[in-house]
Amino acid sequence: MTEDLVWRIAGGSGDGIDSTSQNFAKALMRAGLHVFTHRHYPSRIRGGHTYVEVRASENPVNSRGNGYNCLLALGDSFARNPKENAIYGNEEIKPLAENLDELNEGGIIVYDEGLIDVSEVPNFEARVEENDWNVYPMDLRSLAREHGREVMRNTAGVGVTAALLDIDLKHIKELMRDAMRGDVLEANLDILQEAYDIVSEEEFSHDLRVPTGNHDEDQVLISASACIAYGALDEGCRFISGYPMTPWTEVFTIMSQNLSQFGGISEQVEDEIAAAALAIGASHAGVKSMSGSSGGGFALMGEPLGLAEMTETPVVLIEAMRAGPSTGMPTKPEQSDLESILYSSQGDSNRLVFAPGNAAEAYDQTREAFRLAYEYQIPSIIVIDQKISGEMVNVDESFFDREPNPDLGSVLTEDEIAKAAHHESGKFKRFLHDTENGVSPRTIPGQKGGRFLAAGNEHSEEGHISEDPVNRINQMARRAQKLEAIREDLDTNDASHQTTFGPEDAEYGIITWGSQQGAVMDAVSALNDAGHSVKGLGVSDLMPFPKKDLAAFLESVDEVIVVEMNATGQFRGLARKELGLYGEKMASLLKFDGNPFIPQDIVTAFEETIVEGKDDVSNERTKYLPEAGVIQ
Amino acid sequence: MSVFSAIGEEREIDSNEFTPGIEPQATWCPGCGDFGVLKSLKQAMPEVGRSPDEVLMVTGIGCSGKLSSYFESYGFHTLHGRSLPIARAAKLANPGLEVIAAGGDGDGYGIGGNHFMHTARENHDMTYIVFNNEIFGLTKGQTSPTSPKGHKSKTQPHGSAKDPVRPLSLALASGASYIARTAAVNPNQAKEIIKEAIEHDGFAHIDFLTQCPTWNKDARQYVPYVDIQQSDDYDFDTHDRREAADMMFEAENALHEGQVLTGRFYVDDERPSYQQEKQATGEMPEEPLAERYFDEDYEWERTADSLLERHK
Repeated sequence: MTEDLVWRIAGGSGDGIDSTSQNFAKALMRAGLHVFTHRHYPSRIRGGHTYVEVRASENPVNSRGNGYNCLLALGDSFARNPKENAIYGNEEIKPLAENLDELNEGGIIVYDEGLIDVSEVPNFEARVEENDWNVYPMDLRSLAREHGREVMRNTAGVGVTAALLDIDLKHIKELMRDAMRGDVLEANLDILQEAYDIVSEEEFSHDLRVPTGNHDEDQVLISASACIAYGALDEGCRFISGYPMTPWTEVFTIMSQNLSQFGGISEQVEDEIAAAALAIGASHAGVKSMSGSSGGGFALMGEPLGLAEMTETPVVLIEAMRAGPSTGMPTKPEQSDLESILYSSQGDSNRLVFAPGNAAEAYDQTREAFRLAYEYQIPSIIVIDQKISGEMVNVDESFFDREPNPDLGSVLTEDEIAKAAHHESGKFKRFLHDTENGVSPRTIPGQKGGRFLAAGNEHSEEGHISEDPVNRINQMARRAQKLEAIREDLDTNDASHQTTFGPEDAEYGIITWGSQQGAVMDAVSALNDAGHSVKGLGVSDLMPFPKKDLAAFLESVDEVIVVEMNATGQFRGLARKELGLYGEKMASLLKFDGNPFIPQDIVTAFEETIVEGKDDVSNERTKYLPEAGVIQ
Repeated sequence: MSVFSAIGEEREIDSNEFTPGIEPQATWCPGCGDFGVLKSLKQAMPEVGRSPDEVLMVTGIGCSGKLSSYFESYGFHTLHGRSLPIARAAKLANPGLEVIAAGGDGDGYGIGGNHFMHTARENHDMTYIVFNNEIFGLTKGQTSPTSPKGHKSKTQPHGSAKDPVRPLSLALASGASYIARTAAVNPNQAKEIIKEAIEHDGFAHIDFLTQCPTWNKDARQYVPYVDIQQSDDYDFDTHDRREAADMMFEAENALHEGQVLTGRFYVDDERPSYQQEKQATGEMPEEPLAERYFDEDYEWERTADSLLERHK
């Protein structure tokens, strides 16, 4: 098997790391490769250690892989004053020093000797020798300065690594021409070519080359955040309201930047309570609407979320999780909001929750979340996290070749209102008890004859506040009935939200949910390649819970590891609650250090616990919880 | 049949149309000032030519929140303090609706204070009626943001150490473009002010003084009142922000001392509404968004047609 290229560019936040890596990934994608990007950044505006990885392979990629093999270490132009070394350490060398741990044996290092003094990097020479790394220092800063400006040293770096890896500059140049104009473009093209030429003439000590790509379809490089935004737009969403918070801001920004072009409205408002309330208000008035937030901001949305449940106002909320509790680690991923998403807000929970496992699923499930929310008049929540929200992956362009669906679902026209049997005089029975699947017909303010009161208090069929016990039971039962109807709808729908992978008759299973799916997929492949018999299940439906799918998977294997990014095994707890058994089959592999699972974490845990029977794993960054709910 | 045929329909409207088959006595105590708001509102509606089907009444929680139950129209009885964000989005979604939001002093000036400030600032074209009885009524008589300093209640047994909120000044500072105070004890003025507020093209705030006979024992707490427009003692230009500010300051001080000054305090006819501002910048379509979903001829654009290019 040809080795995948995993290229890492490191520098300070604000050094253009994001845009440079995106162009690099696109260039490789245009060359026919499958790509995947992974971002790591601090909660700091400028400076601080940040990196982006681009993995490129001739085969489809699901995760960042294990480690990486080519480092481009720029200087950090926003490094703090050297006097602050005592507090922050030597920031100038961090793009090199902080990235060595994960660099694979035999890997390549390109660093900017204009800014980085390797004699200050602890044990550098020894580590290079020990790991057989191939080091190519280059004064990227001077090269950039000579032709243009210092900030263009990332272009010089790209030229150097392109030469080292034998990457054709054609696509990179095309992308530069698309993005830049005039002197800036010329300077960048010159820098790129010169850096490439200088290095091409040298002899290399490494043999890593970019793999050969062979797509037969046009591709787009896209993140789950963009997929959520596009899924929403294609489903007819024309209103968004929000308050900025990392990482939800990505969806909010993409929507805000594009919505007016589609004739929609975006509102940045005073707080998250208002944000969710606005989306509910717009939806009540007949516009497909969404809002969202992250962790603490979503906690504020608990109140309006309950209102949407009680008034049966369709709305889609995004929860882009980050490490908690409280403000936690703003730029680090975690999957620890599951329980709060399922049950936040008072009363019996009545909502839909989906957690897509990759960008394409994010598009599909956003469309599904809107369809179901409007069809069944219930709030839908889409759960993503800091990892999946910004990582870019190539998807076939034809995947997005879909028809829009502006249907408001169970809304009546005025003609239908006039004919409605339960509309005699005065208020319309908006919350009619006696319906087939729990869904009562809906009217929109301004329609003749459709008047009703949407009340956050328990209410009668017309919407009047009511504490009548019989009405209460009828209304609760009807709202709960919708969840059952939706479960059936999902089961009969072609779009299964649970993703299975690996051999069907495998002996062991690995279950995960949401953003960790890719790493589990790669781990399952690696384990089968190593001769084990393992299959995987990525769960996306969290409410209504896919009991049948999960039970069938659990029945079919001897033992299961549940992989999730939190400290308490929240999904395993949910599965136990929903299924009421299989506790002895489910162990948890947990990680909550701010870094997502890499496939090797899961491979190691499987081999040590299931194969060797240890009751813990040697990786100190992961935590192993043996079987759940077994009475000792 | 058109999509929202109730909107803009020309016909004679009777104030009785705004009476639902449910009686306010269910919640409101005998002698409650809230009856006065309801009555004035019902009387104002035929005069502004709006029918029940084209009005969206959005209310908060508390005695005042029940207004949406006792006033016949499309209604949304929301959460404590949250009427404004819901109301303003409904107005953006369908500007043809007559959107009226209502709540109490705790609802509007306490828990919903942030929304009040920002809705006024954005100058949404809507009417906001705050039932101000200086007390939490439905939770049985606790100190509210407008209760006078020193007010004793079960939750403030030592007497409130806080100065009350100044609703008029707060509305002005926040950017409301129509600000008035009226009282349930003055139904004719109240009707006129509600009418003006509804017809005003921008955020109209009415601080509506409503007596609470149960928890503020003096059921005549706002009597006698003075109508500043009818009195020779108060001559100022309601279109002048500075003069209005001075007058509000005086009226708010006077209320602390037991003198009730009512009337219109500030009117800005020049300032465009938020909807107009947003349409001017291209952030909002000219035609009501809500209509689009019913328009079978409308062509819904796909993201694949315009947005994927940048991802290639």
